Amino acid sequence: MDITVNILLTIATAATPLLIAAIGELVVERSGVLNLGVEGMMIMGAVGGFGAGYLTGSPWIGLLAAIAMGALFSLLFAVMTLSLATNQVATGLSLTLLGLGLSGMIGTSFVGQPGVRLPNLDIPGLSSIPVVGKLLFGQDPVFYISIVLTAAVMWFLFKTRTGLTLRSIGDSHTSAHALGIKVIRYRYLAVIFGGACAGLAGGHLSLVYTPQWVENMTAGRGWIALALVVFASWRPWRVLAGAYIFGAVWIGQLHAQAFGIPVPSQMLSSLPYLATVVVLVLISRNKRLTMMNTPASLGQPFVPDR
Amino acid sequence: MMRLELVKRPQRSALFSALSPFIAFALTIIAGAVLFALLGVNPLTAFRIYFVEPVSQVWQLHELAIKAAPLILIAVGLSVCYKANIWNIGAEGQFIFGAIFGSAIPVLFPQFEGPLVLPLMLLLGMVGGAAYAAIPAFLKTRFNTNEILTSLMLVYVAQLFLDWLVRGPWRDPQGHGFPQTIQFGDSAVLPELMPDAGRANWGFVFALVAALLIWILMGRMLKGFEVRVLGSSPRAGRFAGFGLSRMVFFAFLLSGALAGLAGISEVSGAIGQLQPVISPGYGFTAIIVAFLGRLNPLGIIAAGLVLALTYLGGEAVQSALGISDKVARVFQGMLLFFVLGCDTLIHYRIRLIGLALTKQEGAAKLDAAPKLKEAR
Amino acid sequence: MSANHDGANLLEVRGLTKIFGTLTACDHIDLNIAKGEIHALLGENGAGKSTLVKMLFGSLEPNSGEIFWNGQAVRITSPGAAKKLGIGMVFQHFSLFEALTAAENIALSLDDGSPISSIAAKARALSYSYGLPLDPDSLVGDLSVGERQRIEIIRCLLQTPQLIILDEPTSVLTPQEADKLFETLERLRSEGKSILYISHRLEEVKRICDRATVLRHGKVVGHCNPREETAASLARMMVGNEVQAVVRAPVDGIETAQPLLEIRGLTRKPATPFSIPLKNISLNVRAGEVIGIAGVAGNGQGEFFESVSGEVLQQDAASVRIRGKDAGGLTITGRRLLGAAFVPEERLGHGAAPRMKLSENLLLSRHATDGKAFVGAGGMVKSGAIYAASQRIIEAMDVRKSAPDPEAAALSGGNLQKFIVGRELDRRPSVMVVNQPTWGVDAGAAAHIRQALIELSRSGSAVLVISQDLDELFEISDAIAVLHNGELSKPMPIAEATFEKVGLLMGGAEPGHAEHTLETA
Repeated sequence: MDITVNILLTIATAATPLLIAAIGELVVERSGVLNLGVEGMMIMGAVGGFGAGYLTGSPWIGLLAAIAMGALFSLLFAVMTLSLATNQVATGLSLTLLGLGLSGMIGTSFVGQPGVRLPNLDIPGLSSIPVVGKLLFGQDPVFYISIVLTAAVMWFLFKTRTGLTLRSIGDSHTSAHALGIKVIRYRYLAVIFGGACAGLAGGHLSLVYTPQWVENMTAGRGWIALALVVFASWRPWRVLAGAYIFGAVWIGQLHAQAFGIPVPSQMLSSLPYLATVVVLVLISRNKRLTMMNTPASLGQPFVPDR
Repeated sequence: MMRLELVKRPQRSALFSALSPFIAFALTIIAGAVLFALLGVNPLTAFRIYFVEPVSQVWQLHELAIKAAPLILIAVGLSVCYKANIWNIGAEGQFIFGAIFGSAIPVLFPQFEGPLVLPLMLLLGMVGGAAYAAIPAFLKTRFNTNEILTSLMLVYVAQLFLDWLVRGPWRDPQGHGFPQTIQFGDSAVLPELMPDAGRANWGFVFALVAALLIWILMGRMLKGFEVRVLGSSPRAGRFAGFGLSRMVFFAFLLSGALAGLAGISEVSGAIGQLQPVISPGYGFTAIIVAFLGRLNPLGIIAAGLVLALTYLGGEAVQSALGISDKVARVFQGMLLFFVLGCDTLIHYRIRLIGLALTKQEGAAKLDAAPKLKEAR
Repeated sequence: MSANHDGANLLEVRGLTKIFGTLTACDHIDLNIAKGEIHALLGENGAGKSTLVKMLFGSLEPNSGEIFWNGQAVRITSPGAAKKLGIGMVFQHFSLFEALTAAENIALSLDDGSPISSIAAKARALSYSYGLPLDPDSLVGDLSVGERQRIEIIRCLLQTPQLIILDEPTSVLTPQEADKLFETLERLRSEGKSILYISHRLEEVKRICDRATVLRHGKVVGHCNPREETAASLARMMVGNEVQAVVRAPVDGIETAQPLLEIRGLTRKPATPFSIPLKNISLNVRAGEVIGIAGVAGNGQGEFFESVSGEVLQQDAASVRIRGKDAGGLTITGRRLLGAAFVPEERLGHGAAPRMKLSENLLLSRHATDGKAFVGAGGMVKSGAIYAASQRIIEAMDVRKSAPDPEAAALSGGNLQKFIVGRELDRRPSVMVVNQPTWGVDAGAAAHIRQALIELSRSGSAVLVISQDLDELFEISDAIAVLHNGELSKPMPIAEATFEKVGLLMGGAEPGHAEHTLETA
């Protein structure tokens, strides 16, 4: 039983950064913007979070720094694609490349240093309930944030007028503009929110998952988060499901390697990436589904006539 | 609060098409100066060490060519893809697979010698890269799957596969357990161009030839027209009778083959064997090269050399000033950002509300009807 | 009929001017609208009507001039400000969100925070009371064009405007739907509201409008009472010099002529959730004749064009035959090689690549059809040849442009259309299929294009024209068929065709079923 609980806990820990980054990107894409810079924003969050935590000794400050780093980095993307109408794909890629390089540079002095870790929740009485206790009441704070965030985004997008407005921009930015909706402003806010989420996800990596700094420690999770948004057909609860499935695959192959299964470790390590490809293929096969759910203005630059 | 407004130009600005890479470079220099200052280094000294010293001697020019060759080769292939609006992000993986395929000959048949070995290796390298690139192409045409994510995921898979190969079945039994294959025999090594002057090898020639051929293809041939039309207006391309699926395969196979060629050239030239890591991210840096060269093969030659210089500069400032060599990546990233930003000026005039920064060149006299969205 | 004028005008515009770069779209425009008046804004495409109303609605800011509302000077800086004043607008091109419901669409244009359910209820009630019934919970993507227009109208009326601006509202309606709309407008007028009615359809304007302002090239050329004018005098005000009437000589020997384009039982499943299936379409177009296909937008015109052109292939190779050969399995290039030419509805992005030069756009449809003239051995493009050919077309069609070989996007709509049509005519094709030949094109260019199509047919080619403009079809066709919901009616020879009959078919009536007869104006 204990082993199962521990495995479930590791799945949750693996899924959390994927979930947060994907939820953030979901909001961005719902507004019609494609931000391929998630990996870059995440790694910047990771290095910022680790660095701030290491230098101040407080993981909480680290967490705030991670969020801020992600948001700031995404601001760069926002200015380029929203105010200067640059190609979103190229700009997003550049953001990732820049982020990977910049984080490597900032993090040089952090390599090998011991980090600080966010403390797990510990409610006396509740957390010690067998099985359920640790799962529900004994996880790290970011886990709880991820669940609340998912619910909040769900409520925001589908139950509020502002969320409806955001979705309308994603459907047709020209119609939204014609109605007097401030398209660029909404998109700025969405992109920065997405950046903050990606930063938070990165902070989770370096402050909870492995409280260390390793270059390129995101290992492609930002890209998987992007795939998750497609897999979820841009719906928040499906992102949750997808993140946990992927978290399971990610952790599963690590556990399998630890168990000594007679399969080459590299093959196991490539499972998450292959799984991503398979999942994408399955979801995109249904053209009707894709057409009905994809925000119609996704990725198109918007320059209003004035 | 200051507001930025973009006013669409009736036609692309020829002036800015030519100027934008230079403006971008200038802006990068300025930003770089700030960066060096923040790191506590005299910017002028840093720039001298970064940009001037690494190319002041002939043997260093050879090093530049060695670094530039794979960048140019890959970027030229990518430029065709991107012009067609097909986003091959997996060139790094195709590079690796090309290297693996081509290396099969010297690793598995070390006794095979003679003048046929190298051409065969190069051919296999191209086949390997193209075959690996065919996967995302197939998934896109058959299942409508986004090629950015699939080609990228396959990079990770390729890296892991290479790691397994050199640690496992292809490991040199006499290699004291190091993860590497046997050293390639003499027939399997890409020869140097001018051995007395430096290490530059035939890879650089391949790069220049490829750039020239692609330049002709894109500029003069119907195929190039097909690429450009499908990339900018897919419906017009369909109206012209150009098939999008065929183009996806064409673009991916071409860029995959070139990336594979770069891979096998790198391995059989500079390295001489297969190792777990054979590329410092050439496949990704090539993306920057492609954009910096404005997706034009001749521009890419220049851009490749510039980016190769940033690599050498990074190594130089690391040894001379103790700055992390990652600064090269930062420079590359900044350069790309500025290029993308400057490219906006090609399509739009920028107006700061209050000030008029418009340039009047090329303001075409419009015909009677206004260009609004009133009539279709 | 019209309500009392109590002295002050509802809206007064003085000297309103708007300049885009070097183009003066609106030049010192004066306009008055009284309360309870339906006021027409007349002018052909490019006259400045849309620009003017966008300024009234706050989407654009004027460079100079004044606007007075109920006697008070106002500055209308945004659509929100316009709505607050009491100005509502129904655009020609709708601002709707396909993936959202009608109620959600309406909610987004209202500024209050009331819950969607109450907005839905109000919308439903209002729509029924004005005779334009609407289901608020339907997805916009599933609605027809006429139904979508209702959403736009209801959304406008919910804000209780004093002045309603309608931009070419009947261009997407059948004649019967248009009549329904006019009833609604007359009801609004009797309630004391004013309407600014933009149109270039003179019979409509004469029928329902009290006063008219005529624009030409951005300037006001006159104010008048349309009922005291004839269609001809109004047209002269709009266009200036007499536009050459299109000459259509009768066709000799049409019965024995060969059908050059045969469509037999053409069927096509819907390609996307929002597209129209084609159901068993059959049609022959003979050498020497022009067949017109009428129909309101959204009834399968695009799908039909794609099937005939070869952008979409047919399972049954014999369902499309060109010059006696099965063409259903051939791509568009194959069909062109058989002697067919095609002009699609959309100019930029379909008929032409916007950011490519005209000479390159020539290559778009003619890279395979002219032997080695444009593309040499090995695939080398002959830039000299395509430049020369494009200059020849530009001269033949009188295409106005600002540079010798400009990008397609730099041309005005009319001039680009002239080039695109000219590009195909230059080949002297045996079969010519055109979708919306003169949409958004000024009168001079439109007449030129229509005359060219007639002359092509008279020289022995088969011409098929799909158009939403009934006037145009009556001008150039020898027979008219109607496309409704993917089905094509039997072609009606022009001598027997009337607006009523065609209008009924456009609305979906079976031929022969009696609907109440309508008076034409």
